[in-house]
Amino acid sequence: MVKKLIIIITLVLLAIMLMPLITEVKPFENLSSVSQKYVHAGSEELGSQNLVTSVIVTYRGLDTLGEVAVLFIATAGIGFFLRRKPEEERKKTKASSLVQTGTAFLLPIIFLFGVYIFLHGHLTPGGGFQGGVVIASGILLLMLANVDTKINTNILYWVESVSGAFYIIIGIFGLVLAGGFLDNRILPLGEFGKLLSAGAIPIIYSLIGLKVGAELVGILNNMQRSQ
Amino acid sequence: MLLVTILGVILIVLGLWCMLTQKNIIKIIIGFSIMDTGIHLLIVSIGYIKDKSAPIMDVVNSSQVIDPVPSALVLTAIVIGLAVTALMLTYAIKLFEIKQSLDINDFKELKW
Repeated sequence: MVKKLIIIITLVLLAIMLMPLITEVKPFENLSSVSQKYVHAGSEELGSQNLVTSVIVTYRGLDTLGEVAVLFIATAGIGFFLRRKPEEERKKTKASSLVQTGTAFLLPIIFLFGVYIFLHGHLTPGGGFQGGVVIASGILLLMLANVDTKINTNILYWVESVSGAFYIIIGIFGLVLAGGFLDNRILPLGEFGKLLSAGAIPIIYSLIGLKVGAELVGILNNMQRSQ
Repeated sequence: MLLVTILGVILIVLGLWCMLTQKNIIKIIIGFSIMDTGIHLLIVSIGYIKDKSAPIMDVVNSSQVIDPVPSALVLTAIVIGLAVTALMLTYAIKLFEIKQSLDINDFKELKW
């Protein structure tokens, strides 16, 4: 009883704490000074049409590197905990032929869509993380359709390590050739709004997309083997 | 945008309620995810500026866009939330392997 009372008091206090956000905060009329700089300089300085991308990949690129590192550490932890002894045979039900045919038809399209999302990260909403997740969802569909799917973990590790290494190498190039770590102006900015524009942003985002995709497929693979 | 703020607050309170009252570990993780989503909605709603549109400069110019910084922050937060949720589910799998149970009351080792 006391426990329930404490829980209710906690929730009410939290709600009261958050109340001013609803009742008192009015939507802002103007941008803050940092955002103003990002918005006004972002498209001219970096040539990226999507300002969120220019903030994530270039202005706060170091934070994104940290984010990718957190994702990597989580994947490594999952791989460590779900390590398996040699597989004992379990009874597996096959997916219906509807799912299998649908997978064969949809898988290339899903992959293409994922690649499209991370290649166009500087033009449209989307980017490396989203594209990587779409690719991983394609692999999940494959695992659902064919229960015995074996993922070649060597390829996963190579894709992940190589894209991570190139991400950092491009960052260091930015330090040497342009304004700072992960500066995208090491390549010509190109024409605003075209696929080949915004300097190194499409390359960096493609590398992030491959890395995130490989990591998430690794998580799925570990979880599938240990089910 | 007021609607999104209200929804965010509701989801945060609901998620905390779920985490505090549920006994099943999987349900606790679901509560964490709900709370996570509520916080994302709150942050996004803070970045909104009246009558302005998404920060993509194809048809709008730079005086017509919302604040891109909270959106970028939420993108980061979603990815980290995904990683943390996956790690928590892995712990749940390990705990189930040890005790063959997902009830939080069966794990008394750290209780005082």
